[in-house]
Amino acid sequence: MAKMTLEELRRLREEKQEALEKRSIEGKDFRIIIGMGTCGIAAGAKETLDSFLKVLDEEKIKHVAITQTGCMGLCHVEPTVEVILPDMPSVIYGNVNADVARKIVEEHIVGKRLVTDHMYDRPAVDIITGGGGK
Amino acid sequence: MHIAVADYLLELVQNAFEANSERTHLLLEETTETITVKVADTGKGMSTEVKAKALDPFSTEEGKHPNRKVGLGLSFLHQATEIANGALHVQSEEGVGTTVTATFDSTSIDSPPIGDLVSTFMTLLAHPKAERLVIDRKKGEDEYTLDRQELIGVLGDLELVGNLHLLKAYIASQEAALN
Repeated sequence: MAKMTLEELRRLREEKQEALEKRSIEGKDFRIIIGMGTCGIAAGAKETLDSFLKVLDEEKIKHVAITQTGCMGLCHVEPTVEVILPDMPSVIYGNVNADVARKIVEEHIVGKRLVTDHMYDRPAVDIITGGGGK
Repeated sequence: MHIAVADYLLELVQNAFEANSERTHLLLEETTETITVKVADTGKGMSTEVKAKALDPFSTEEGKHPNRKVGLGLSFLHQATEIANGALHVQSEEGVGTTVTATFDSTSIDSPPIGDLVSTFMTLLAHPKAERLVIDRKKGEDEYTLDRQELIGVLGDLELVGNLHLLKAYIASQEAALN
């Protein structure tokens, strides 16, 4: 791989300008927040982030913000990921390895169905039935 | 416990961000004998009392983990450097900032692998609490620099998936060019 210059990076960015239209945080349609505390890092949160990037690219979904936060208080089920979509409840998923990240993109983001077997918070445990909200 | 040097430096730079550092500098230098990680920040710094507890795994910044008394980041790093014939130095002044330097003996069998630097650097550059962040990566005679402000100037919002892809490709090309 040839070493890319900043000018080459700028040109690549301009080529993809349409797809990468800059939006404010409020204007972003979806938001994926990955727990990157000590527990998350140790459990493989970086690989989770990489998997989200890869699958979102495969699905050609560009209007997503991926951001990071610290420990969400669910160290026992790291890596944890919060997914915020319009018209969907905000959900914290646990044990999100690379495969589960793919499932979240395919089912939650594309299919608009909750991945109930990895839900650990929001909606509250007492309103989840059928195997969710462990 | 973390596995790779990349995991430790992710943790160290996050500590700087959480200390409200406005300018953070990360140096990662590899030679045939040594791996050096140095993170210098302009955050709130530590008092002598806080610094004395910085390596205590049962001590953490007040408010960071309500109802829990754990702070494993520096403790893990301290352990990792010690078993790899390395060292950890923490220099800090309250209100001025903190510099943490960790060294590993590359020739030691217990030295951790470098890990996935491309993803790690991308993660740090896109961190929502990062202000000014400059990463200097040196390997032997080769080196490259990643300046967050400069990259935002070229790419724009670093949280968007499309921009993250470009950022990752850029860092990967810099890393691949190192001998």
